[in-house]
Amino acid sequence: MSDESEIEVDKTGRLAENIVYFARGLRRAGLAVGPAAVIDAIRAVEVAGVATREDFYWALHSIFVSKREHRAVFDEAFRLFWRRRQNLEEMLSSLLSDGDRPEEPEKPRPGVTRAAEAMFPNAGAPAKPHKDDPKVEGRLLVSERELLQHRDFAQMSAAEISEARHRIEQMRLPNDRVKTRRLVASPRSGPIDVRRTLRTSLRTGGKMILLRHRRPSEIHPPIVILADISGSMSQYTRIFLQFMHVVGERRRRVYSFLFGTRLTNITRQIRLKDPDEALAACSEAVADWSGGTRIATALHEFNRLWGRRVLGQGAIVLLFTDGLERETDEDLGVEMDRLHRSCRRLIWLNPLLRYGGFEAKARGIRAMLPHVDEFRPIHSLEAIADLCAALSERRADMADPRRWLSAA
Amino acid sequence: MTPLPVSIDATLELMRGGGYVSDRSLATVLYLSLKMGRPLFLEGEAGVGKTEIAKVLADRLGRRLIRLQCYEGLDVASAVYEWNYSAQMIEIRAAEASGAVDRERLVEDVFTERFLIKRPLLQALEPDVGGAPVLLIDELDRADEAFEAYLLEVLADNQVTIPELGTFRAKSPPIVIVTTNRTREIHDALKRRCLYHWIDYPDAVRELEIVRTKVPGAGERLSREVVSFVQRLRNEDLFKNPGVAETLDWASALTELDQTALNPETVSETLGVLLKYQDDISRIEGSKARALVDEVKADLSAAE
Repeated sequence: MSDESEIEVDKTGRLAENIVYFARGLRRAGLAVGPAAVIDAIRAVEVAGVATREDFYWALHSIFVSKREHRAVFDEAFRLFWRRRQNLEEMLSSLLSDGDRPEEPEKPRPGVTRAAEAMFPNAGAPAKPHKDDPKVEGRLLVSERELLQHRDFAQMSAAEISEARHRIEQMRLPNDRVKTRRLVASPRSGPIDVRRTLRTSLRTGGKMILLRHRRPSEIHPPIVILADISGSMSQYTRIFLQFMHVVGERRRRVYSFLFGTRLTNITRQIRLKDPDEALAACSEAVADWSGGTRIATALHEFNRLWGRRVLGQGAIVLLFTDGLERETDEDLGVEMDRLHRSCRRLIWLNPLLRYGGFEAKARGIRAMLPHVDEFRPIHSLEAIADLCAALSERRADMADPRRWLSAA
Repeated sequence: MTPLPVSIDATLELMRGGGYVSDRSLATVLYLSLKMGRPLFLEGEAGVGKTEIAKVLADRLGRRLIRLQCYEGLDVASAVYEWNYSAQMIEIRAAEASGAVDRERLVEDVFTERFLIKRPLLQALEPDVGGAPVLLIDELDRADEAFEAYLLEVLADNQVTIPELGTFRAKSPPIVIVTTNRTREIHDALKRRCLYHWIDYPDAVRELEIVRTKVPGAGERLSREVVSFVQRLRNEDLFKNPGVAETLDWASALTELDQTALNPETVSETLGVLLKYQDDISRIEGSKARALVDEVKADLSAAE
């Protein structure tokens, strides 16, 4: 080895070290980056050279990013990490104090929170770039005026995401498994699987015929989530959206709808893999954040246009609403009845129960209660964990809607 | 065997010859699907004539119609192929009885085409003297997703793989028509391989033509009034709008009752032919039906 190459090694050595740190940061941000990927990345950089920043970016990108949804996080992490050192402190301060620099874009890009946390874990909790609650908040106010506005949500942190995933995994919805008519191989009794029996018997040349069996396969039924995003529910909206996102990620056949004064299908938007992107896309798609509520109208529209498309095959409907509606007429009962009869199980989750002395007195609530299978109380709804706990609640007597009707 | 139509107009004519009055958009997509050899994916409310297209097409082109009705739990054994187990068992027993049992030979003997029961999808890939058959995959939304994934291979490459035998490939690909009622969303991957068409309710002119073609016994005045009434009904924000099939049923029902024109009483009495939900019927029955009939009569007399 010549002197030249030693210098080269020395240089790449420091670069390699930095790449290792960078990879560790990415891992903290939730990307699946193993030691093999780090070695590959160093080799890739050696092969590609680091002539320009762009080449370097794409060389690392080709190794570390293996899913589309990781691009945003990678992009942000790269921007944060690969800077000249003297800029670092300046950058840190700009990142942590919001809105000081005028050239900072208005909306935070997806993945900012996760990337910043991962790259500078000791820099203290980064301030949330945007407040979760919008300025206009008519909590517990019902307004029939259609208030059209957009919202931005605080981004999810990596810890929040993994916690949410964990909770959803553990969540057990009532009646959560349905038998299909499709049969799968079973070690124990069931209808005889002639095909497998014959094939195994041929192994012995037909001397022995050992019976093989089949049983009906079980699947999760589709889940349809209808969430109220009117003013009175606005403090929970972020949790609902996170819930929809993570459930959609873990389960197939999840359909999500939001309603305030109008009904919006956000199934496509919420399916974006990156949670921040998904929430941002939902924010774009919905025009009536934190406005009034027209539950009956929204349900009517759902029943007429969507019910037959998404409620097939024994769907479970999760209805998140406080049931507060000013204009309660017969329509609400009729639409609830129709919804109830089109799905396998209708579960109403009402966060109003956080008040100890809740009674089903409001007319809207009284109109809806007879038509739900379960009425799930929730006392404090701060995080997804609370939501999952309320939905997994095993005590059926708590969930029986008649209990609330007779109490009031 | 009739050759495939050479233009959109020819397609329109072909369907009309079979008593199917199609609009130009449908004729276009049908022509393209025949020309490009791509499956046709038809979506629409119940009773707008999705299945009928395949029937008429097969009839006019002189092809065999192979229909696969989908249902929950539909599996490869009932859609593609099945082995004739009892015959296989007998074969094994016979081999044993004759003494010499060579395992390899036995496996080869038992899994041959002789013991294969062909189901619709496999039948559709077989060569046919009358030209490639029309394969109708009806109400795909009723089958479960696993089956949908299986269809991808069939639709994209016109082939089916049987592990014991190998891959069957159609020499001349079948004309495939897939229909769904949209009780479930079909995956994009499957839609991508097809030409998509949404069949809407026909407009008044076309619906009248359909009634004239299909219910020749109905008088001209009755046909006009029936069509006009049904068209109005579709604007009423009903839970389930009446389809073309219902219009035809209603026209023949009224003809059977010897009606030559609509009258409010008969309309209310026979509403069950048109509307299939109690909520809808109770909304329209009585005064609403009377008002609609009056509107229809006023409209038609104004047009004359």
